[in-house]
Amino acid sequence: MINGRVWKYGDNINTDVIFPGKYTYTITDPTQIARYALENLDKNFAKQVKKGDIIVAGENFGCGSSREQAVTCLKYAGISAILAKSFARIFFRNCINQGLYVIECRDAVNKIENGEEITIDFQKGTIISKKGTFAFPPLPDNILEILKDGGLIEHIRNNVKFQNPNINSSPKSKC
Amino acid sequence: MAIDQKMGKTFAEKILALKSVGSTGILPVNAGEIVTVSPDIIMSHDNSAAISGIFKKIGIFRVMNPEKVVIILDHCVPPATEKYAENHKIIREFVRQQDIKNFYDINTGVCHQVLPEKGYALPGTLILGSDSHTTTYGAFGAFAAGIGRTETAALWATDQLWLKCPQTIKIIITGKLKEFVTPKDIILYIIGDLGADGVLYKAVEFTGETIANMSISGRMTLCNMSAEMGAKIAYCEPDDKTKDWLANHNILTSELCPPTSDPDAEYEKILEYNIDNLEPQIACPHTVDNVRPVKEVQGTKFHQALIGTCTNGRIEDLEIAANILAGKKIAKDIRLLIFPASIEVYKDALKLGILEKLINSGAVIMNPGCGPCLGAHQGILAPGEVCISTANRNFKGRMGCEDAEIYLASPSTVAASAIKGEIIDPRELSF
Repeated sequence: MINGRVWKYGDNINTDVIFPGKYTYTITDPTQIARYALENLDKNFAKQVKKGDIIVAGENFGCGSSREQAVTCLKYAGISAILAKSFARIFFRNCINQGLYVIECRDAVNKIENGEEITIDFQKGTIISKKGTFAFPPLPDNILEILKDGGLIEHIRNNVKFQNPNINSSPKSKC
Repeated sequence: MAIDQKMGKTFAEKILALKSVGSTGILPVNAGEIVTVSPDIIMSHDNSAAISGIFKKIGIFRVMNPEKVVIILDHCVPPATEKYAENHKIIREFVRQQDIKNFYDINTGVCHQVLPEKGYALPGTLILGSDSHTTTYGAFGAFAAGIGRTETAALWATDQLWLKCPQTIKIIITGKLKEFVTPKDIILYIIGDLGADGVLYKAVEFTGETIANMSISGRMTLCNMSAEMGAKIAYCEPDDKTKDWLANHNILTSELCPPTSDPDAEYEKILEYNIDNLEPQIACPHTVDNVRPVKEVQGTKFHQALIGTCTNGRIEDLEIAANILAGKKIAKDIRLLIFPASIEVYKDALKLGILEKLINSGAVIMNPGCGPCLGAHQGILAPGEVCISTANRNFKGRMGCEDAEIYLASPSTVAASAIKGEIIDPRELSF
């Protein structure tokens, strides 16, 4: 369960406004990357975002480049989940692979307002806002497992199925 | 095969069944199902340095199948700064350590042109690439989807990745393109019509008489830009044109029998476009789906024109531009940059006298690569400047400056506009 303040944006928010291409090979430290989050969209975001905040956006959030820093910048800026009407597919995968929760729920996006506090319950699949409670379909099990492990790399390390003789770490049990 | 005779299968369903881990290709996969696949090719570019960093975190010493890994340096070549140079150095060292044979250094070209030229983008292959325009290889009948860096590292380590089998949308295109109207105009029109999320998560199959008559180069433009309407993959069924292209590039294709969509396959939607009367199209700032006929923005001033990149940097594109620019000069106060998509294209353009025509018109011939398309170097815009480009994205800040504007159009439109010094429908330029 997470609780956070909403930063609300519109449709088709692309990776170049989330994290500009000119920084993709020059800024590599995640905490530095976070300082440029949404630079071309909302100059206040990086300055004012707090740990646990939630992004609520329209259709096709994260469209454009495959650059993973578009996820890194939001995650390290403190964003705990992104709720959108829909996601661009590579961005969606990148979120899961970095352990950042993504939820698709059109109804909730239409009602939730910028700046309000919302609560997301992943167990129940509900979003609680001052406008009411919204249900969202749970993510498939294999994706939830990756998220629970904290991302794809951690998931591989934890997952005995992927063991090969080259792995340099002891397998951990799946949570 | 006795299994699942109810309904025909799409190309996407068939290929993911074939490439599923442990599959014999007989078990059916249906759209919507999640499968674990083992790809034929794992592509990455300058981001391979970052990927190698993630790979090391997994705790694995060796790339599982180095023969599947293809790495091409193209995003910032030669390196513009110390940081970029260091990035390339890390990649070269990694490639040496891991014995990755399929490595192409800064003298080769843009990944999406190089992969086909070197024979990796074959009909019926599954290609996963750490770049959003990986969809390009669908022009050859490959299932080619973009992925992120972390999952590329995971593929290097495990040779496996989960994919959701997409629903397929068939786009039937009929009609004949008028003079100065190109495949770029077709795809811009479709993106404008369907929107930036028009085919989100879907496989797109391009078919119809226009596609049958279209060159591989044109099909690559269509498949490349399908990413701009959210496609997971784009696809053209391989035909004689595909075989001829591969043969002309000395790529062995001993009777390929790639899977193709069944006539009774289930499509989510079938869309039809007739392009007989299609006019030159242009995507206006700052989104790719903000598309209008060029004549509606005719007269718009700009500072830089760009012809090239993975969208329109092939010989056919440069030839179109050279034919328009031959014997003419670009307008005063504008600059024209040419980015051939690969060194092979560059050499052909040299041989055919295309580069000479372009140089004489006042163009600057750049080395093959991504150029300023992603805002790294080689033609970054100043605040307040406007660029007309044949590339595939015009997002705010894309060419390095958030106070600049980018228009996207065909090589004909960009070349004609470069002469006029303002945006013009190429049919209206007096020749």
